[in-house]
Amino acid sequence: MNPQTLQQRLRPYASRATLVWLLLALATLVSVHFGGQRPAAGRLGVVIVLVIAFVKVRVVGTEFMELRVAPRWLRLAFDAWAVAVCAALVGLYLYPLAGIPA
Amino acid sequence: MSGSGESIAAPRIPAEPGIWVLVGGDLLVFSLFFLSFATYRRDAVELYASAQAQVGHGIGIANTLLLLTGSWFVYRGVEYARRDGPHAGANLLLMGALTGVAFLLNKAVEWSTLFAQGASAYENDYFMFFFMFTGIHAFHVLLGTGVLLAFQARMREGAARSPSMWVIEAGGIFWHLVDLLWLVLFALLYLA
Repeated sequence: MNPQTLQQRLRPYASRATLVWLLLALATLVSVHFGGQRPAAGRLGVVIVLVIAFVKVRVVGTEFMELRVAPRWLRLAFDAWAVAVCAALVGLYLYPLAGIPA
Repeated sequence: MSGSGESIAAPRIPAEPGIWVLVGGDLLVFSLFFLSFATYRRDAVELYASAQAQVGHGIGIANTLLLLTGSWFVYRGVEYARRDGPHAGANLLLMGALTGVAFLLNKAVEWSTLFAQGASAYENDYFMFFFMFTGIHAFHVLLGTGVLLAFQARMREGAARSPSMWVIEAGGIFWHLVDLLWLVLFALLYLA
């Protein structure tokens, strides 16, 4: 196999999508570290888990669903949905009725 | 970056508008799911935490990484099909479908383990939501896997038989939607 062929064979892996995939996988592991299976993830842990999840959501939307080439209104609608749902979830998690053992 | 220069091109709606209506509808329905889950948790923080500990997170992590990897395959498959013709993307879409199959197998193992432990959707709010949401989501995965399998089979038969490029793109967007919804379900049901 000559070097050029090798380079051509490796080309699919050296792409923007691969970098995106790597970041998403790393973010998943980071969120497992902060949330995970402690009796209660704790207030800060919960916020970190939720925010990381919606950052990943936005990256999937922008990169994989190609919203980065979409008209502004579509990108804004998607981002607004992500921000609104994330904020609502953080609020509901931080202020439980019965009171969380901190 | 070996970019395709699309950032300087005029904005376009990926695939076609119809798929985005479906995406929007699914996002709204699932956001109601997410908010209901979090609302019921306010009365049952301890119960949610112990049920979550019973579920564990090993399979959830594996399934998250599977769907992210599936998204990579499908994205690259669409990119290749766009650049070199439908046949060039078929193998990558097949790999994407296989991640869907692996996800569903994992899900079956997870559910049957929980059933063997006596967990059921009637046990408490957490498990009601858990089985309902992961069940509805698994149906999406099944649908997406079927779409990918059907597309890649026809893409191999050449440009004349292949679905149009915008149809392939729409299939990809649906697949990424399934991935995206799982990312939130994983955070809520397994981690937070």
